[in-house]
Amino acid sequence: MHIVSHEVPLVWYLILSAVLFCLGIVGFLIKRNLITVFMSIELMLNAVNLSFVTFAHQWHEVKGQIFVFFVMMVAAAEAAVGLAIIIAVFRARSTLAVDRIDLMKL
Amino acid sequence: MNEPLHLWLIPVLPFIGFVLNGLLGRRLPKAVVSAIALLAPLGSFLVVLFASRAALAHTEGYGTWITAGSFNVDITFVLDQLSLVMLLVITGVGFLIHIYSVGYMHSDEGYWRYFAYLNLFLFFMTTLVLAGNALVMFVGWEGVGLASYLLIGFWFQKKSAADAGKKAFIVNRIGDFGFLIGLFLLIATFGTLSFSDLAARVAANPTMSGGVLTVIALCLFIGATGKSAQLPLYVWLPDAMEGPTPVSALIHAATMVTAGVYMVARTHFIFDRSPLALSVVAIIGAATALFAATIGLVQTDIKRVLAYSTVSQLGYMFLGCGVAAYSAAIFHLITHAFFKALLFLAAGSVIHAMGGEQDMRKMGGLRAKTPITFWTMTAAVFAISGFPFLSAFFSKDAILAATFASGSLGKLLWFVGLVTAGLTAFYMFRLWYLTFFGETRSHDAHPHESPWPMLGPLVILAILSIGGGWIGASRFGAFLSPILGTSTEEMSGSLEYIMMALAVAAGAVGWFIAHRMYHQRSAAAQLAAPAPAGYNLLQNKYYVDEFYGLTIVKPLIAVSKYFLEWVVDIAILGGLAWALGALAVFFGAILQRWQSGNIRSYAAWLALGAAVLLYFVLAPHVFGAPSLHLGMAGH
Amino acid sequence: MHLILFIIFAALCLTGAVNLLFQKQPINSALSLIVVMTSLAVLYLLLGAEFLAAAQVIVYAGAIMVLFTFVVMLLNAGREERTLGSQAYRTVGFPAVAAILAVIATSFVKLQGFGNARIDDHITSTADLSAVLFTKLLLPFEVTSVLILVAILGSVALARKGDAEGREPK
Repeated sequence: MHIVSHEVPLVWYLILSAVLFCLGIVGFLIKRNLITVFMSIELMLNAVNLSFVTFAHQWHEVKGQIFVFFVMMVAAAEAAVGLAIIIAVFRARSTLAVDRIDLMKL
Repeated sequence: MNEPLHLWLIPVLPFIGFVLNGLLGRRLPKAVVSAIALLAPLGSFLVVLFASRAALAHTEGYGTWITAGSFNVDITFVLDQLSLVMLLVITGVGFLIHIYSVGYMHSDEGYWRYFAYLNLFLFFMTTLVLAGNALVMFVGWEGVGLASYLLIGFWFQKKSAADAGKKAFIVNRIGDFGFLIGLFLLIATFGTLSFSDLAARVAANPTMSGGVLTVIALCLFIGATGKSAQLPLYVWLPDAMEGPTPVSALIHAATMVTAGVYMVARTHFIFDRSPLALSVVAIIGAATALFAATIGLVQTDIKRVLAYSTVSQLGYMFLGCGVAAYSAAIFHLITHAFFKALLFLAAGSVIHAMGGEQDMRKMGGLRAKTPITFWTMTAAVFAISGFPFLSAFFSKDAILAATFASGSLGKLLWFVGLVTAGLTAFYMFRLWYLTFFGETRSHDAHPHESPWPMLGPLVILAILSIGGGWIGASRFGAFLSPILGTSTEEMSGSLEYIMMALAVAAGAVGWFIAHRMYHQRSAAAQLAAPAPAGYNLLQNKYYVDEFYGLTIVKPLIAVSKYFLEWVVDIAILGGLAWALGALAVFFGAILQRWQSGNIRSYAAWLALGAAVLLYFVLAPHVFGAPSLHLGMAGH
Repeated sequence: MHLILFIIFAALCLTGAVNLLFQKQPINSALSLIVVMTSLAVLYLLLGAEFLAAAQVIVYAGAIMVLFTFVVMLLNAGREERTLGSQAYRTVGFPAVAAILAVIATSFVKLQGFGNARIDDHITSTADLSAVLFTKLLLPFEVTSVLILVAILGSVALARKGDAEGREPK
């Protein structure tokens, strides 16, 4: 690995994206508050966005960035609807603890 | 051999009668049912008559049944001298009994069913006799057993009749097992079941004797003891009297029970090579003859006496076979068909006259009330007792002569046969006196003569019983010799006349004793007085049924219940089924814990699945495979 | 220069993400996520994606995270409780995550032909983006607007005060 003073190997961006993605999964697994779980999902989406932009940079493909654009749109819509669902669940069950919401079981 | 004789018509006509009466008979008027039922045996009889003019032996094949490697079984019918005489008896006497049944079963509700079964029986019996190989014969063999079961248990609402039908079928099956083993051994030894092929192969092997042939012969003979009611499998025949009397006449006197004798005669070339088997056949025949005659001495039911008489006379036939006098045995078979059928039909007429009463102690004085029945039965009684120049005189004599001429064992068996002849005369005349002579001992019955459909066959059979033996044993033997071979024993003329005289004397002695005991005085107590223990033994048929029940039936039932039902059925099979269910529940319970509803647990398993998927998608490109070239063309 | 910027903001990303995991109060987690979003915006700039950097700040940090904060405060989400649930997340989840990280990282590292980030001549302007977006990908663009409309309607319907059958609130 050769470090020139103002050059960053692209691979580092990709590794960062992978690490952020996995941190997002870990957050999904260990957080007990519904909203926080949702935030971890947003983190995962952002990590993927970063890797898209990196690939777009490598190959000079603007389509990579457009994909990121669409991901953002979908994430916005998803956040709105998801938070609305969380509010509805809170109203029904009076709790935001993930472990308490377990009616879908045998 | 050239023009087809359409032998298939002989079994098929009764089969058509069976199908028509069986399917439609319930709705047809009695006249139509009778017409269908009578036309069938008449048609078969006419075909047999027509075919008898052709050159024998005539074989007709109707296609291949089994082909397995080098083993073939075809459906062939063979008409030779032996099957011809059997067919004449079966269809002829059968036709007469059908006519009789029209009168006897007139008021029965199951009229159509009766005639359907009777035609079915004829179909199977003619198949048995016409068969050109042992497997087709076995089809007929089993079939007549089935027809016998159906007809014995004809009044199936009566428990004793249903039980008797079952007993007949089961005991027959035991014999059939022996028959099957014999068939298997025949296939294993000779590779064929066709009678002509077997005869040729045995003849081509002059030194072959004993060994496997003995085993085959004995196995086949076991089948014959079952079907023809010899020791030890005779027990079904007396119980079979539960069926209608014409059934007893046709099946259990004239035709079905003779199938065993016919089979032994057909396969005589095997028996000829095994002196041991022949001795066994002769000994069992003679022993059965004596055994059954002793039981018949004290029976009070008129049909039981005739049943034991049938067993006894069949013993004579097997005795004849056992001394290799096959044609004599067949001769006796034919004369027996005449007089035994006549005896049964006349007994049926007597029972009809007495309004259903079968106990001889309640009969008497029927001579004046039912004259035609009396005279025809008289002819039969005299015939069976060996009265000179009647039919059985010739046939019984031929057997006894051949027996005497066969070595030292033969002389012993001849003596047994002689004693049996005396006993036969005794119990037949006892029956005669008790039924027809003296005062009427029953005050409720109003005896009347039977209608003409019943009397006509009696007359015809009486004529046959009287004159049926005139052809003479030697001419009969010559007629059958192409099939059965010739008897090698020659007897000097004077010895033969002495034997004849002795046989007649034995019969006369029996008649005389019966006359003293039953004509001048009355009651069966005469026999009981001197030897009460012996009398009880005989009256209870030597307790054979009870013995079988104890040693065979009870253990079988115990095994079925305690082992098969409790252990195998409930514990093992039921336990297996239960275990399978428990296994499913167990695994289900394990898997159920996975569906906990806990979102984080679900997420964890999702992550695991995603890891596996990612690995399998990326691994070909990343690990081992040539390294990643994600360049895109033309960028 | 580029390198130093990258290191600073990458570190900020990671710190924010880790902080999101460790905070007990949801509001703190939300604020950490905002830090992550803005750092990512800078990283996009370093990769030459101007428009996306702006969009990231406006949409993600400015709208979505604000929405999150609103909901946190609306529901008065307090300290996370300790619950006793299944431990599957630890026994199955952590190894799975490790496996995912390993697979993705390895496949990234093994990529050929990836050099360094060079922003001198690879800046993608908004004009370049819109040239593709409004010509070749016009349909998906319009569909996205419909998507957002649907999302608005859905969230209004779901979050309305009333009972499960959707009756009007009293």
